[in-house]
Amino acid sequence: MTFRRKATWLSLTLALLLIVLSACGKGGNIAGTSGNESAKETADTEKTTLTLLIDNQTAIDGIQAVADEIKRELNIETKIELRPGGTEGDNVVKTRLATSDMADLMFYNSGSLFKALNPQEYFVDLTNEPFMDNVLDSFKDTVSVDGKVYGIPGGSTVGGAWLYNKKIYSELGLSVPKTWDELLANNDKIKEAGYTPVIGSFSDSWTSQLVVLADYYNVHSLAPNFAEDYTYNKAKYATTPEALRSFEKLQSLRDKKHFNDDATATKLEDALAMLAEGKAAHYPILTLVLTNINANYPEMMDDIGAFAQPSDAADVNGLTIWMPGGIYANKEGSNIDAAKKWLEFFVSPEGVKAYLTAMKPEGPMPIKGVELPDDTYAAVKEMLPYFESGNTAPALEFYSPIKGPSLEQITVEVATGISSAAEGAAKYDSDVEKQALQLGLEGW
Amino acid sequence: MKSTKSLYSYGFLLPAGIIFFIFFLLPTMVSFFFSMTRWTLTDWEFIGLDNFIMFFKESSLNIGFRNTFIYAVMTSGTKVVLGLLLAVLLTSSIRSKDFLRSVVFFPTLISTIAVGITFSYLMHPSRGLINTALAALGIQGPNWLGDPALAIYSVGLVDIWKGVGFATVIYIAGMMSIPADYYEAVDIDGGNAFRKFWHITLPLIRPAMNSVIILSFIGGLRTFDLVWTMTKGGPGFSSDLIASIIYKQYQGGFYGLSTAGNVILFVIVAVLAFPLYRFLTKREVDL
Repeated sequence: MTFRRKATWLSLTLALLLIVLSACGKGGNIAGTSGNESAKETADTEKTTLTLLIDNQTAIDGIQAVADEIKRELNIETKIELRPGGTEGDNVVKTRLATSDMADLMFYNSGSLFKALNPQEYFVDLTNEPFMDNVLDSFKDTVSVDGKVYGIPGGSTVGGAWLYNKKIYSELGLSVPKTWDELLANNDKIKEAGYTPVIGSFSDSWTSQLVVLADYYNVHSLAPNFAEDYTYNKAKYATTPEALRSFEKLQSLRDKKHFNDDATATKLEDALAMLAEGKAAHYPILTLVLTNINANYPEMMDDIGAFAQPSDAADVNGLTIWMPGGIYANKEGSNIDAAKKWLEFFVSPEGVKAYLTAMKPEGPMPIKGVELPDDTYAAVKEMLPYFESGNTAPALEFYSPIKGPSLEQITVEVATGISSAAEGAAKYDSDVEKQALQLGLEGW
Repeated sequence: MKSTKSLYSYGFLLPAGIIFFIFFLLPTMVSFFFSMTRWTLTDWEFIGLDNFIMFFKESSLNIGFRNTFIYAVMTSGTKVVLGLLLAVLLTSSIRSKDFLRSVVFFPTLISTIAVGITFSYLMHPSRGLINTALAALGIQGPNWLGDPALAIYSVGLVDIWKGVGFATVIYIAGMMSIPADYYEAVDIDGGNAFRKFWHITLPLIRPAMNSVIILSFIGGLRTFDLVWTMTKGGPGFSSDLIASIIYKQYQGGFYGLSTAGNVILFVIVAVLAFPLYRFLTKREVDL
């Protein structure tokens, strides 16, 4: 063997080792030195410092305002640590919990994602804290495991709604649709008038899930046992007509070419611009984007309304809602008493006031006795009747711990015609199997 | 006497051996173990080969295998040919050779993520620079990354642009090491430039070419970063590679399953790369 051959061997071996290394090294190193620093500061002064871990996708103006108020009132400083959002952030959270490196307070989803963290092992049980009386039971359910409550709401409820441009609606003399067929008829007229009927922003693929997810109120009304049967492998999306309908609705938008032509290259921000500037009429999305629209187009907020995703019958008409993320106290935190005081202040009337002054809500707060201010977004005001008449249902992820990780790719496939509704539903059924097995659920 | 001597020399190998064991061998063995468990980072349950069965049942896996293969063959093939042509150009007696060599090599130095983000803006169907330029020429440009049939090839083009400089540099090094005598011999025999290339350059840069083929082929098989930044495997699953499927499983929190995927990828790369290597080196000519 010549020297050159040896050299080639060496570089090949290196390349192979790199494969192994790159496969192992995706976790990343997340700064975890704050614990030492805060301990030092506590020793120096009387002031207490708590760390709060939050994702970088959530608008934190409201939380920051409450934290400032807490510093003034209770002399507890809050140090905010940012982490990525989405599934990448889930891994940061899981790793930090597993290595006892969690911040004192943690902002994280409620519902299935939270329950999958094994909360009883890591978080302070808040069930018997008097301040928990301020929190609505519908929220408590989403942060409870085995009857014990672990979190407070970290914001307002959010609707999975169809945002619509009211100017286009009044220009074309349209009214808010009560059935899916009415919606499609509206879309046809909007398309004739030269506007984009429905915005697809599939470059940010998570947004493609909304037509399926926001249909859950309708699924729940027509097939009340679906969530439970689905959790224990007794019902499937593909074989339950009411649930399959959610995928069919998405396909019908594609069949009638109601999405924008460049939907696969459109991002969330592009979509919000199209809606606010009146180039497109509808955007099925979570109402938390109202904050983003307000940041760029504050003067357009009165032109944007919201309605629930219609069912096939006018008498079934309600809104699918998402509970806000919760704030949880770490069991191994540096100062649990201070953390409890922090949480107590957050759900107190003063805390809510500070929150609402800094940030307009994207839906009602799941805290008792909170009146929304007069300058609440028009779209949120349009959502209130659903809440007042009790026509709301939490999304499926709050009823069932299983949500398949590939739903967003599957809904892009259905929305772009790569697969049909039936194929998409069947793919999703096999996708959730991984989650169910990982959680060790019965029946799988 | 002989045995003491060899023991003594093994002592020198020990530090490197320990490092190799702890940082390379052990993690590999551990990953083989965890690929057979259902693993939540804090807890694991032994489930035998279920993860491998589950991995092969993944609906997007066919797309992943096909794309990985297309991507590896397309990018390495183009780099081998284009890199050779560029190297011939850049070793000829043209002006500002050094400057041009740096220009070809520059893309290799830029972070893949930066390249990916930049190109995903350049390739936007209506606002991107590429299609705006095509529109000025009266051509309706395609939806580069949004068309399911096209996305993987668009990413491949960017990969070629970024990686061809590296191939060129290896070729240039190979060509520079060919003694001038051989070319003189062709001159004396009355051969032209093409004969020089065909009978001297091409056989003698075989080792360089083999390195380019193997490195870019393995690179193509395990590509992840560029595809992930530009399309995240989308639209839908249409530009998924084996590596991006594995990453999505890891993101979903299925640690055992994604480890099994990595074991499979390891085996695939090994099964494809080692015979390729043997085949190529058998035909190498020594100077």
